[in-house]
Amino acid sequence: MSDVTINPAPAIAADLGTDTLQEISPRQLAWIRFKRHRLAMVSAGFLIAMYLIATFCEFISPYNTDTRNVKAINAPPMSIHFFDREGTFHLRPFVYGYHMEVNPDTWMREYSENTEEMYPIYFFETGESYEMWSLFKAKTHLFTTREGYIHVFGTDQLGRDMFTRVFYGARISMSIGVVGVMLTLFFGVLIGGIAGYMGGIVDRGVQRIIEVLLSLPTLPFWMALSAALPVEWSSLMVYFGITIILSLFGWPGLARQVRGKFLALREEDFVMAARLLGAGRLRVIFKHMMPSFTSHIITTATLAVPGMILGETALSFLGIGLRPPVVSWGVLMQQAQNYQVIVMTPWLMIPGLFVVLTVIAFNLLGDGLRDAADPYNTGGNRD
Amino acid sequence: MADPLLEVTGLYKSFDGAAAVDNVSFTVSESETLGIVGESGSGKTTLARCVLRAIDPDQGIVRFRTSDGEWTELHDKTDDELIPLRQQMQMVFQDPFSSLNPRMTVQEILEEPLIIHGIGDRSSRRVEVLDILAKVQLDQDSLTRYPHAFSGGQRQRIGIARALILRPKLVVCDESVSALDVSVQAQIINLLEDLQEEFGLTYLFVAHDLSVVHHICDRILVMHQGRVVEQGTVQEVFENPQEDYTRLLLSAIPSPDPDEPLNPLDRKSLGL
Amino acid sequence: MVDNLLEIRDLAVEFGTDIGTTYALREVSFDVPRGKVTAIVGESGSGKSVTANCIMRLIQSPGRITGGQIHFSPNDVTAYDIAALPDKDPRLLDLRGGSVSMVFQEPMTALSPVYTVGNQVAEAILCHRKVSKEEALEEAADMLRLVGIDDVGRRIHQYPFEFSGGMRQRVVIAMALVCHPQLLICDEPTTALDVTIQAEILTLIRDLQKDLNNSVLFITHDLGVVAQMADQVVVMYQGRVLEVGSVRQVLKTPVHPYTRGLLAAIPGLATKGERLATIASVVGDADLITPHPLVTLADGRQVSLPSDQLAALELANG
Repeated sequence: MSDVTINPAPAIAADLGTDTLQEISPRQLAWIRFKRHRLAMVSAGFLIAMYLIATFCEFISPYNTDTRNVKAINAPPMSIHFFDREGTFHLRPFVYGYHMEVNPDTWMREYSENTEEMYPIYFFETGESYEMWSLFKAKTHLFTTREGYIHVFGTDQLGRDMFTRVFYGARISMSIGVVGVMLTLFFGVLIGGIAGYMGGIVDRGVQRIIEVLLSLPTLPFWMALSAALPVEWSSLMVYFGITIILSLFGWPGLARQVRGKFLALREEDFVMAARLLGAGRLRVIFKHMMPSFTSHIITTATLAVPGMILGETALSFLGIGLRPPVVSWGVLMQQAQNYQVIVMTPWLMIPGLFVVLTVIAFNLLGDGLRDAADPYNTGGNRD
Repeated sequence: MADPLLEVTGLYKSFDGAAAVDNVSFTVSESETLGIVGESGSGKTTLARCVLRAIDPDQGIVRFRTSDGEWTELHDKTDDELIPLRQQMQMVFQDPFSSLNPRMTVQEILEEPLIIHGIGDRSSRRVEVLDILAKVQLDQDSLTRYPHAFSGGQRQRIGIARALILRPKLVVCDESVSALDVSVQAQIINLLEDLQEEFGLTYLFVAHDLSVVHHICDRILVMHQGRVVEQGTVQEVFENPQEDYTRLLLSAIPSPDPDEPLNPLDRKSLGL
Repeated sequence: MVDNLLEIRDLAVEFGTDIGTTYALREVSFDVPRGKVTAIVGESGSGKSVTANCIMRLIQSPGRITGGQIHFSPNDVTAYDIAALPDKDPRLLDLRGGSVSMVFQEPMTALSPVYTVGNQVAEAILCHRKVSKEEALEEAADMLRLVGIDDVGRRIHQYPFEFSGGMRQRVVIAMALVCHPQLLICDEPTTALDVTIQAEILTLIRDLQKDLNNSVLFITHDLGVVAQMADQVVVMYQGRVLEVGSVRQVLKTPVHPYTRGLLAAIPGLATKGERLATIASVVGDADLITPHPLVTLADGRQVSLPSDQLAALELANG
């Protein structure tokens, strides 16, 4: 055969290990690329762990959110010990009880470890009863003590366990992020897609609306709208109300991106090729255009979640978002509003630490996804 | 002379008021290769796309003789009415990297035209796909791979296979070999010629490289600023160009023989 | 004075990629003589642009020069190995845009859209010489006139988008020549241009080279352009040099099967109605993939071939 294809770059191909690369799909390629992004991988691990904890927070927490320990008001975090004061090693970790004294000068309670009281920690142990997902009653906790108490993150001014409250708060705050982004995506993709597809007057109309919405200062509007939520609403209703308010200002940005991507994709050669093959509109959109921007949308959505979480936190912090008895990170941080907290009870700011970690993790994950998602980024040509 | 397959009369297309294709008329006969040459901005690509209705012309008539021998008019059909006709006219793109959907395997890419037009069942489609794959000289293992695993020349073979699997009569090659290295370009040109012979294809070959056009085309249209300035057989146009613009184009080709020095005509003195 | 402005010896460049190391250049050796045009011809992946970037020391991570020398002798007294200069060596500043300058494929990206053409050419002068802004603008105008821009007095105050592609490339050439470089590297300067504009730019580069008597390193994939431009030709493939010789030797009587294949693959006016030869039909893959050292033949050209083919050649040449 005279006309054999020679690979124009066999040496490069061999060096790049193309033989093993050849069969893998763009999705696998993206995964390979994503795996190399260390920070994104770590972030993904952290977020998965956080969402698991948030899902099973009743089981993971040793107490219920409103259980008070009157012996420990504003008590600091406990440390977990393996060696007792004689230096004897205990396989089962334990905590010491609090020894409380009232400072005669400041009249503040001051806590120290009471080495007389050792409370061993038991795992998968029966403790306070709770309703798992409000569906069924259970008593087993991941860890608790048989006697005494355990407050790994300390307690608040009512003697409630911070560890418990942080993870119950994670459930509300982190789910608001996801639910809010889902709503944003729904409106953004729908409206942006319609604008990009219909073009003409519809497109222009939608564009103007988007511009108006994007020019509104978000925080005052959030505040006004959430202040307008009826006081008699149940906490569940308020939760969804806040979510809708947050996504109300999220969708225009996304819709604009979707529209832009849609218009750009319409000009791609492979989309024109599909059209010239005789593919109908729906086929062109769903088979050729949609898959090309799902990766883009996933990235955008990931990067939008922290905005939602921060929005909820901000509103609740200001006292106009979720309200006690609902426990969210924002509500928890509202307790930590005054400067006394910083000096006297810094552990009340632990929810803030989780907000920061979660937001950073989402941003890093988004970065990693963005780098991995581009199928054309398959390494440069040398010439 | 063979029967005509495509007749274009008075085609006009403007973008933002500027005419990209200005009153162009020509005829293409069955099994011939018509080259459309010109510089960038001459309107050659717009013309080719108007013929296939990838974009809609503003004025003019495009008539196409379908496989049952009937003439049909393409210019006033709606997009939906065109779908069945697309089986008979296809396009091979310039850029083998962007014209294949990166998220589909070769199997999916080649099978798609058959699925769209409801041809055959799963197993008969598989036979067709393997058949066309062999025709463009690609291995069977290519089927499970994605476009990124192929070199430029191989991707262009996939593009050609996708265009030919429907057994079209007319194939528009829009700068289909311009992006390829010279050795790969030679292979693809040979392939296009072999396939033309085998399937009796008619090519509308848009290119800016005059040596390639000279090699592959029977007749050529020379376009300049949206108009056809000269048309004729390749021999006529290359050996005895009638128009200054054609002479200018021909004088600008650098010969690979160092003893034939480049001596381009002067654009200004020709008044172009 | 040494006859060769540039002597490249055993140059090697590696790129560390995600999956492994790519050898972009392997044992690349050739000379760039003074006052002549040397063309590097090759297909994509041949390493021709990497070679040019090495001379400018523009190889960036993940790429690095792993071996070899680039001896540069700009004048009688100075001579140094470009490949061995440390990254912060002041001679590199003089080298880039001073004694060596480069014209790229895409003229629009080489020009800043926010400065006038006159300012950009003058800026190139001010970077390397101590002259006043007015003198620099004056010189810029002269240089623009030299590269064939009409009505310079008005054009000098215009922005790049007001120029056509061919005119922009002329401006880029003016910028490259304004500091009187010893070596002008042209990296596919006409690939993005129409054939008529290409002819004008090629003629311009050729005429300027004769007038200024500098050295030109011309990188292209187009053998037609090589034939019109070069005195000496270097054929590269897969990061290696396969054949070096005068333009007549290489294009008229090529020795290496790859060069012959390249020439045969061009659709020429004579090949009408015939099948084009392809590289694979001229040369077996093995010849291209196993490296052989460059050997100088009796007629002065160099070629990289297996020893049996070399022996046959020597016999044929007597």
